[in-house]
Amino acid sequence: MIIRLDKLGVVIAAIVAYAALAAPFATFRANRIVPGQARSIIEALPPILGTLLLAIVIAGAVIALLRTTLILRLAASIIVLVALAILIGVAGGFLTPAGNTFARVSPASGFWLLIFAFTLLLADMLTRLNLSPWARVGVLVLAALAIAALLVSGSWDSLSILKEYASRADSFWAEASKHFSLALGSLAGAVIVGMPLGILCHRVDKLRAGVLNVLNIIQTIPSIALFGLLIAPLGWVALHVPGAAAIGIRGIGTAPAFVALFLYSLLPVVANTVVGLAGVPRAANDAARGMGMTDRQRLFDVEFPLAFPVILTGIRIVLVQNIGLATIAALIGGGGFGVFVFQGVGQTAMDLVLLGALPTVALAFAAAIILDAVIEMTASKRRVVETA
Amino acid sequence: MKAWLPALLRLAVLALLVIFVTSPGWFEPLLKPLTENGAPAIYNQGSLLALTLQHLRTVLVATVAATIVAVALAILVTRPAGAEFLPLSRSLVNIGQTFPPVAVLALAVPAVGFGEKPTLIALFLYGLLPIFENALTALTTLPGNVMEAASGAGMTGWQRLMKVELPLSAPVILGGIRLSVVISLATATIGSTVAAKTLGEVIIAGLISNNLAFVLQGGLIVAALAVLIYDGLSAIERYAARRMGQGAE
Repeated sequence: MIIRLDKLGVVIAAIVAYAALAAPFATFRANRIVPGQARSIIEALPPILGTLLLAIVIAGAVIALLRTTLILRLAASIIVLVALAILIGVAGGFLTPAGNTFARVSPASGFWLLIFAFTLLLADMLTRLNLSPWARVGVLVLAALAIAALLVSGSWDSLSILKEYASRADSFWAEASKHFSLALGSLAGAVIVGMPLGILCHRVDKLRAGVLNVLNIIQTIPSIALFGLLIAPLGWVALHVPGAAAIGIRGIGTAPAFVALFLYSLLPVVANTVVGLAGVPRAANDAARGMGMTDRQRLFDVEFPLAFPVILTGIRIVLVQNIGLATIAALIGGGGFGVFVFQGVGQTAMDLVLLGALPTVALAFAAAIILDAVIEMTASKRRVVETA
Repeated sequence: MKAWLPALLRLAVLALLVIFVTSPGWFEPLLKPLTENGAPAIYNQGSLLALTLQHLRTVLVATVAATIVAVALAILVTRPAGAEFLPLSRSLVNIGQTFPPVAVLALAVPAVGFGEKPTLIALFLYGLLPIFENALTALTTLPGNVMEAASGAGMTGWQRLMKVELPLSAPVILGGIRLSVVISLATATIGSTVAAKTLGEVIIAGLISNNLAFVLQGGLIVAALAVLIYDGLSAIERYAARRMGQGAE
């Protein structure tokens, strides 16, 4: 009998073999900034649990390696991921000496590689399942609930990243809300200004090339440079325009970060509005005119609904991009999760970096999945309208 | 007269940029009003020219590496032998692009330490995505009749790849490289927060010492570089598209 191997499984099994047997599972440090000591799976967990985790991981790798059924692979990837998530917390408690509040235990490269390998398997299965938009959002909600449950239950409390969180819980949520308002506020501003501008560019040919070129150039300017370039003009406005300083406009801080994010957001919104409107079928416009619709009615009742999925795609690009870029606002005192990232880099405290980076990545990822699902739903609705 | 105006403008920006980084002292009177308490108006902790060249070198090394790996991977997953990886690689690229460059940069530090290395890694990893995505799009949407003609002419798989598929995909792949370079230029600037020698150093020094002149000159050099390089690459892309008979613009 010839055993047929799955090609992706070979890659996954190779990563798992290295991660489980050669790479460290957790790192133990006497305090938060000294270099750590590596601990393997067997060393990091009580003997029974260590052996159990190794067995689960190896079984998962074998299932990935052989050509097994979709359901089995899906189940295997989920079981391994859940086991890893629970047991890394156990490792934290096991490795920390009782009563020692300085010691830090953090997940090490082996843990992250195992997570990566089995997420790869899970992603492959989910891609093959070809889930509907609602189902994808459902999976996202389930994953978020599972992580929230682990966080609330306190099973990760012995890990270094949550110890960093515990000592700055208040500022974490303050920065989180700043991050949100920066990313969402600049998006809202860009939509309010960008959509009318896009409509104008669609109607007035002469304007289109000029506006899009200028926005393109702005998009090219690296974020930190743009933040810096805005400090001088905004500082001038704060000094010379009465009332500007009172509403919070200053050279450094949130104002330049907000303006920069707003400027970056304009191009995708304007460009996609133009493309969306240009893609409206001529027949639809002619029919609307024939029915005696005014320009205004035509815009709101015909053109806009038809162009909506394309405009939404622009909004998705902007939101994901802004959530990432808002981290850089911390460099000019704008706040956001970037505060922890750059503090952590400055103190060589990597757990602090993770405290800023992980929520950012999770937010961007969730935003992408949700908006992709919404785009797919509006686009399929549009197709139904067209064929009807 | 309208046709040569943009070209002239670009040339002027380029000339100004070169003059500024080679002899920044000439511009001191212009920047002096932005400083306070007699602080220096021109970056004095290293040569602007050296930093600019270092910045460009970092971006170049990362982009070349990312291009080779991304195009090779895209070729691999579009061959029959690698077809199993195609759907997964698509979703991986989608997921990967939601990672903010700063996060990639900061997360590379624990793995390799401070300095040039984490910046190169972040630039490389993040640069892969747009190039891979574009190469994938190009290689999977080649006109069917051309491919049939190539097979009909008795070309082997390798000949078809080198003489038909890659040349036809070149303009779209170049578009991916352009996006990747623009992102890399920006990420390299942030690289100076992890002690890489790039132009970000000038901006950060200005932010820390509250010296607007530093912030402005660093920001202007990076911005001018990015806009010029973006323009240059767009021109190459248009040239490639014209040669392939696709650029009807």
